[in-house]
Amino acid sequence: MIREMKKEITFQHPNEQGYYGSFGGAYIPEMLHRNVEELKEKYLDIMYEPSFQKEFQLLLKDYVGRPTPLFLAERLSKEFNASIYLKREDLCHTGAHKINNTIGQILLARKLGKTRIIAETGAGQHGVATATVCALKGMECIVYMGEKDIERQAPNVARMKMLGAKVIPAMSGSKTLKDATNEAIRDWINNPVDTHYIIGSVVGPHPYPDMVARFQSVISEETRWQLKEKTGSELPTHVVACVGGGSNAAGAFYHFLDELSVQLVAVEAAGHGVYSGMSAATTQLGKPGILHGSKSLVMQTEDGQVVEPHSISAGLDYPGVGPLHANLFKSGRGTFLSATDEEALQSAFHISKTEGIIPALETAHAFAVLGKLNLKTTDKVVVCLSGRGDKDLATYMTAMGI
Amino acid sequence: MSRIQELFQKKKSKVLNVYCTAGYPELNSTVTILKALQESGADLVELGMPYSDPLADGPVIQASSTRALENGMNLSVLFEQLKDLRKEIHLPVILMGYMNPILQYGFEEFCKTAAAVGVDGLILPDLPEYEFETEYGAIIKKYGLDFIFLVTPETSDERVHKLDELSSGFLYAVSSSATTGKDKDFNAVEGYLQNLQTKKLKNPILVGFGIKDKETFQSACKYANGAIIGTAFIKALDGVEDIQLTTKKFLQNII
Repeated sequence: MIREMKKEITFQHPNEQGYYGSFGGAYIPEMLHRNVEELKEKYLDIMYEPSFQKEFQLLLKDYVGRPTPLFLAERLSKEFNASIYLKREDLCHTGAHKINNTIGQILLARKLGKTRIIAETGAGQHGVATATVCALKGMECIVYMGEKDIERQAPNVARMKMLGAKVIPAMSGSKTLKDATNEAIRDWINNPVDTHYIIGSVVGPHPYPDMVARFQSVISEETRWQLKEKTGSELPTHVVACVGGGSNAAGAFYHFLDELSVQLVAVEAAGHGVYSGMSAATTQLGKPGILHGSKSLVMQTEDGQVVEPHSISAGLDYPGVGPLHANLFKSGRGTFLSATDEEALQSAFHISKTEGIIPALETAHAFAVLGKLNLKTTDKVVVCLSGRGDKDLATYMTAMGI
Repeated sequence: MSRIQELFQKKKSKVLNVYCTAGYPELNSTVTILKALQESGADLVELGMPYSDPLADGPVIQASSTRALENGMNLSVLFEQLKDLRKEIHLPVILMGYMNPILQYGFEEFCKTAAAVGVDGLILPDLPEYEFETEYGAIIKKYGLDFIFLVTPETSDERVHKLDELSSGFLYAVSSSATTGKDKDFNAVEGYLQNLQTKKLKNPILVGFGIKDKETFQSACKYANGAIIGTAFIKALDGVEDIQLTTKKFLQNII
């Protein structure tokens, strides 16, 4: 990872105030100012310290299992008449890309002298990844999770508990990821000295979106050299990733953001259909607004009240999107598509049978749009296979009528 | 001189600011509560504009916001309720809320309407000082509204002075870093407030967060110009039939 602060216009980095174009910033109450300011002042220095990098890279290799393979999926390639490569983040320890970020942030928290870690989680993948690194480093771990998500993601709740984390149900509002995030922020306000908040996606006040994107950027960093090895060129024609808050997409896109020949395809969850009233397709339905400390696109009522989205996948069930992605959408740099619950389910079964890989429901959304990309034989498509599907077995079993 | 500034000219200690959520407990109880507060000895009212995701508030105030939203409260309804505000209410009124609903209403339109109905100032906890200075502060000033920043025990000296400079009306001292409605150890708070007193700030100071009864009100007033009560009043209003009587009794127990 190379520290870069390009002066020219870039889609990678926000400006000093945390803005990607008109999105980002740090809309936080004064009670959080010192913590966020401290992070803002120190994150880049700490992240690029040689001692930090040494430990971070070693853990990514020996603990997470990086580099993750870039796999040429031959049967899918044949089906879609293009070269389809799968970036196997599902093979990371804990089963998803989320741990790239939690490893980075736990090391950063220790450098900041923090002893207590809090996190929010939707599907439970980020909660598990946080509980894992807290166990690894012997730190206290509290995970906020919507009461409804606790019900629908029972295996991950059990994992977190087994790893020693305390899982606190978010009972306010709609009792899902948005409310778990509110509760985590409240905890941070109430414990300003000893606590670090590990946000799991490229959302929240500056510098979180940038920091999380940098920790996840290892995905595209590896993709570049792996593609070079396999095809002779570092650049694909397309990178496809699912987007809720957008952390796996930010990581998969990162080193291609300023390579304008690469089409970046972000796939949102359309639930029962984009305009069905039961959807989480934020860029299609959202308006500029402020949620969880940054200005971005937000699904909301005319009165500016944040609405509850719907997706079959808890990880995409979020009414906002990271400011980096909002800027990709607004500028036209990113192509934003969506897949319904039904399309995602079909796609999950199809990928399982075609390639022998059971994907997470979130990831299944990314696969669902391959048929909509008008691919050519010369196209090289990288799909970020962000997580494995074990956690979604209950949903898959219901779909199979088991 | 604004209504808030006039108040602090006349009264320099034991100023009581009471918070209530617009549209709670009933959609139309807002003005009834304002009148009752005025009759019962409050000096200033902070009226909360309900929001679905109020980060700086604790569970009690959030629940009151949720109820108010269910009751049908929004900014248009609120301004309609407040259109005859100044026929009966002479207390300074401050609107407290979060940025998102205001942005959807239109920030300038919001300030214009607020000023037109006789609102005196704003507290917007998630409007940070950078955005205030570069974008929103000028609009707020254009309509003659006071703007009140929060300071906490974690706020550096330099920053306290800066936020004091940017504020008008008063400065809101959060008694410790916490969301609203948390119980506080008041001894620790006293040291913090004593320290704030030595800073020679241009604005009066009101203390908020953790004030719930006569004792905490008195001790907050020892080292500040007054205090803000919110959560305790919201709790008192829950499920009552006679709002006026409840308000009167509540304030009798404080003042």
